[in-house]
Amino acid sequence: MAKLRSPADLEKKREQILSQRDPNKPCVTICSGTGCHVLGSDKVAEAFVSEISKNGLTAKVDVRRTGCHGFCERGPVVVMFPEGTCYLGVKPTDIPDVVSQTLVDKQLVERLLYNDSAGKTIAHERDIPFYKFQSRLVFGNNTRIDPKSIDDYIALGGYSALAKALFKMSPEEVLGEVKKSNLRGRGGGGFPAGVKWETTRNAPGDIKYVIVNADEGDPGAFMDRSLLEGNPHSVLEGLIIGAYTIGSHEGFIYVRQEYPLAVENVSVALEQARKYGLLGKDILGSGFDFDVKIHRGAGAFVSGESSALMTAIEGKVGEPRPKYIRTAVSGVWERPSNLNNVETWATVPLIINKGADWFTSIGTKGSKGTKIFSLVGKVNNTGLVEVPMGMSLRDIIYKIGGGIRKDKKFKAVQTGGPSGGCLPESLLDLPVDYDELTKVGSMMGSGGMIVMDEDTCMVDVARYFLNFLADESCGKCVPCRAGIDQMVKILNRICEGKGQPGDIELLEEICEITRDASLCALGQTAPNPVLSTVQFFRDEYKAHIDEKRCPAGVCKALVSFYIDPAKCQACQICLKNCPVQAISGAKNIVHIIDQAKCTKCGTCYEVCPQRFSAVVKVSGKPVPASPPPGTEVMRKKGKQE
Amino acid sequence: MARGDVKPPKGKVKTGAEKAAPSTTKIGTQEQEPNSVEKIIDKYNSDKSALIQILLEIQKQNRWLPRDTLMVVSEKLSVPLSQVYRVATFYKAFSLIPQGRHLFTVCMGTACHVRGSPRLLDRVEDTLKIKPEETSTDQKFTLETVNCLGCCALGPVMVVDGEYHSNPPSKELAELVAACD
Amino acid sequence: MKLTIDGKEVEAEEGKTILEAAKSAGITIPTLCYNEKLVPYGGCRFCTVEISKGGRTRLVVSCVYNVEDGLVVKTVTPKVIKIRKMLLELMLASAPVLSELAKQYGIEKPRFQSEVTQCILCGQCVRYCAEVKKANALTFVGRGVNRRVAFVDEVVNRGVCMDCRQCYGLCPTGKIPRETDGAYFEGIRISDVLAQRRAKKH
Repeated sequence: MAKLRSPADLEKKREQILSQRDPNKPCVTICSGTGCHVLGSDKVAEAFVSEISKNGLTAKVDVRRTGCHGFCERGPVVVMFPEGTCYLGVKPTDIPDVVSQTLVDKQLVERLLYNDSAGKTIAHERDIPFYKFQSRLVFGNNTRIDPKSIDDYIALGGYSALAKALFKMSPEEVLGEVKKSNLRGRGGGGFPAGVKWETTRNAPGDIKYVIVNADEGDPGAFMDRSLLEGNPHSVLEGLIIGAYTIGSHEGFIYVRQEYPLAVENVSVALEQARKYGLLGKDILGSGFDFDVKIHRGAGAFVSGESSALMTAIEGKVGEPRPKYIRTAVSGVWERPSNLNNVETWATVPLIINKGADWFTSIGTKGSKGTKIFSLVGKVNNTGLVEVPMGMSLRDIIYKIGGGIRKDKKFKAVQTGGPSGGCLPESLLDLPVDYDELTKVGSMMGSGGMIVMDEDTCMVDVARYFLNFLADESCGKCVPCRAGIDQMVKILNRICEGKGQPGDIELLEEICEITRDASLCALGQTAPNPVLSTVQFFRDEYKAHIDEKRCPAGVCKALVSFYIDPAKCQACQICLKNCPVQAISGAKNIVHIIDQAKCTKCGTCYEVCPQRFSAVVKVSGKPVPASPPPGTEVMRKKGKQE
Repeated sequence: MARGDVKPPKGKVKTGAEKAAPSTTKIGTQEQEPNSVEKIIDKYNSDKSALIQILLEIQKQNRWLPRDTLMVVSEKLSVPLSQVYRVATFYKAFSLIPQGRHLFTVCMGTACHVRGSPRLLDRVEDTLKIKPEETSTDQKFTLETVNCLGCCALGPVMVVDGEYHSNPPSKELAELVAACD
Repeated sequence: MKLTIDGKEVEAEEGKTILEAAKSAGITIPTLCYNEKLVPYGGCRFCTVEISKGGRTRLVVSCVYNVEDGLVVKTVTPKVIKIRKMLLELMLASAPVLSELAKQYGIEKPRFQSEVTQCILCGQCVRYCAEVKKANALTFVGRGVNRRVAFVDEVVNRGVCMDCRQCYGLCPTGKIPRETDGAYFEGIRISDVLAQRRAKKH
């Protein structure tokens, strides 16, 4: 691989790559992100290669393992180009049919297609509701790129933004464009990237750093993982452009160690970029030097906070520092350091290529462009979705997400991770917008969007988040360390049925101090899950405290399981599945749960066939008396056994 | 870096009744040859700022950070031993006691939580007879929790020796445990 | 630089903190983790004050915040008192020995309970040993509520800890002199702390 020493070299390389590729040549792309990988996409890819070879088609059909396509619920996902036919849940045993029917005979394999609620099948990726309503500007190229191939990235126009910035624009002009675009930090803070870049650029000092924050600690968020795994060059290109603008020659990519595939793909990308002269000394012959080091996290959410991350890069414990002196001025080793999130960096090449005016035409007044969300939880189509800012939560959850699983009732959507809040049904028409979400007590955060239904206990959710934060608090400052600890103790008591009047008020009192006196954003935003659930679901708290009742039937200490003798058909399924053998009964004999033995695991509730629905959750009142042992089942009229 | 082979994963897609073969690699990594601690430190040019990276590699190689090793690291990097201990006890990835031969990790991220990870954890605890962050007395198993692996659509997720499983039913869980030597 | 603290006009050099400027003007802001020989830590949050500038008011910790021209500082407001009171209540749960100080703030009956360590993790001992003595015999172990101060066994064993006992006088709760048991540091070595943590789990 010869080094590219000018933009002309880059264009020549691009032409060369494209000339060797026929856009009409059939190409089978198999999603190989971590999610689909776990579901067996590797075996699917291997099966394709071997079946294609068996059919003598190896020269005629390309097989490409790509990054995450986003439709994680239905993996392994296979998309056949150029038609864009999309097959879901593909297994290696399906491959012979796919090859013979689709590749050879140009017919569809119906059973692998998406079908909508009316039973109609949809063949093309772009028509599937999950994808149709998205605007996959940043994420979309994942489906067309093998992340381990820089040539794939270049073929799609990769690094043209870098060439434009280095040769056709001055650093000031690039800065102006990024400022004009009003690109706001996608990691959660929502701070204008252009302003941060400017502060770093203007800060005194010759040595400056640019940093990619790929620590993505928010539980339930995996956008950055998929971007880094699937299109690492897009992030790198943005980073180099940023470095050029700011005047930095050394960068860091901080990746959490729980993402081994992302670490690997980024390492490969860096090596390839260096070989092509797109990274290192004299990039593309411009005279600009810049290189990057990877730094892995070691399992601490708090180290994703920007000042903590910089301290970790120095080799010290990743604890936050007071931010009165901004890290843009004094960061790593007290040098000006510009930190941005993965998605923020990946958006930069788009802005340079298409212009700030184009970017600002998308989104709302205060929030421009698109945002990638991880839509997960009790929603039908879980996965990664990219939408223009301003789309309503309702549209995301229902149009794209396909509504609530198992036809249950929507209860809340949680955004912003542990720093965010839970929003009820009344706020579903809220647009996704940094400021709109903050106004109602939540925040955009890094993009986690967790959908909850009637079976979710909101007090348990608050407890979950506070437990998470207690585990992750660095412990340096009192309001966070001790404040969160006491809040956890109170929430645990409430969920265990030991809540006392005054507990809600005490929680609110602690929240105030934790919010106002904590050292960093972890502590400052820790009250949000508590305050938002108290605000919108106060009745659930009161039920737990005053009535010792968990309306959602989740808090084990407040819930008992009971088999309704009028409904039990003695199928013995619950009996056989009970892990502690707490259920007695037999064929034709009503089953009875021994409350003394029951561990409230809920298995019986889940395995009882829906048509019987004999197992019920009882909360807040005594468990009805069991029928006498040996009671016979009440047969439904006309049903034979 | 070549990806290498990964064991057929279990979970939603059953790829036949394949018994778990010893895996050669985990997702996304290459097989590591046993390196002495000095080799690892040299790889990073004894750079102080690479303390965390060095400890990560030693942890991966040894399955724990022995006391003597921490002293060697402190000496070679010219970092006070107190600082090495501070880092080693701050991060979840490090263990100061030997971990078991088989690592079970249950994801407790929000999406997994909403989909029932506490129950999965209960079942795993009951099967292995240890609690999170504990190692069984015969050094066979270590159980850990992690706050989000990023496979939220497959929740609740459990990882066994680098192999991911999506909500394994009791029978499968028992088989997995039995397959560990 | 000219700033106003509690209504008093104060002059201070650039680079000085609000806490230092206040001190020079005879105004004492209460602290727990501050020590003039050490780099300001900002951990206890007790020295929180209210600052206003250009119409914007916020709360900052005065030991770390540098003075600015035109800054208006209030070291005592109802909000600041509320914060200090709650901080004390929270600390009292793990360090009941602070009850006298707590009484000064009107806290009679503690509302919170926690594992009693008699340590508020102000870090003065750790920082002093590192920054002034350069012996690094003490460190923090763990994080969050499990964070503890401990003596490094090897440092103590090898005699690198000079047994100077200067950490004794720094400790706001008196834990170190009480529990160090002469030169043998029983109970608060790293190995002890880790063993206690493991024992707690079983």
